[in-house]
Amino acid sequence: MEDLSLHILDIVENSVAAGATNIEVEIDERITENLLIIKIKDNGKGMDKETLVKVLDPFYTTKKTRRVGLGLSMLAQASKETGGRFDIKSEPGEGTDITAQFVYNHIDRKPLGNMAETIAACLVSLESGMDLRYRHRRNNNEFLFDTKEIKKVLSGVAISNVEVISFLRQYIEVGLNQIAKKEK
Amino acid sequence: MKKLKIGDLEKIRNKVRRTAVLRQGKSRAKITIHMGTCGIAAGARDILSALMQEIEKKKLNDVIVTTSGCAGLCSREPMATVEITDKPPVKYVDLTKEKMKKILEQHIIKGNIVNEYALAVGSERTH
Repeated sequence: MEDLSLHILDIVENSVAAGATNIEVEIDERITENLLIIKIKDNGKGMDKETLVKVLDPFYTTKKTRRVGLGLSMLAQASKETGGRFDIKSEPGEGTDITAQFVYNHIDRKPLGNMAETIAACLVSLESGMDLRYRHRRNNNEFLFDTKEIKKVLSGVAISNVEVISFLRQYIEVGLNQIAKKEK
Repeated sequence: MKKLKIGDLEKIRNKVRRTAVLRQGKSRAKITIHMGTCGIAAGARDILSALMQEIEKKKLNDVIVTTSGCAGLCSREPMATVEITDKPPVKYVDLTKEKMKKILEQHIIKGNIVNEYALAVGSERTH
């Protein structure tokens, strides 16, 4: 994976596959503390203890289409390469909670990448009845995006409509630029 | 960059509703972008994004775009499956943005399968 936004898309795809109805993506850029924290939480079907211990093994997967897993283990590795840490909690029937912490200015820390594109792609993947909340903090500034709010405005029009997605991609891009600008 | 408000979404909602009324039927084509770990690492997100922008530009309001997981052919990612109503689905492999645009132009709009990018014409159908 070239950047962290692609890892995030990959993990959200797991949440969708786990049948989650609520998915939360949180990015916390604590630049003054030299930390980047990514949290992805869902209320999907979760994993039992046996699966949880195996999940960071790149050669473990529940998929029938191929014999390697890779997704979670690659994100864990990306965080550990920076001297950060990776934590996963999961309960069957409750959901899964992932935290990846990175040392912000570490030379091996992958760039965050294009989060607007990632969230737009997530919106295409969401099935009806699924919601996504994305919160992005940069020091003291925050951008919040919640499909529950968007769906109220759309009142019945599909969020995956190409024109809607195109607008939302730009909306997120502008929102993220604004919190970066406030910083300066 | 100009400021965008969620309220601006209302205009798009109303426009989409109008075109949906004009269409009055189900979609003509469905394009599935394979979005497993392998697909994402190979560039599936860019393919999806380019495809959606092209569909918007060409105002194709009877085409559905969706995603799926790994299809088991990781070495041939990025992949997409094109399903035209009443036609067998076609799997395209080793995609680039340019190839995806050509598939949209040739297969989805004109109805001609782009043989040089296609892996197989199969019978499993989701549309």
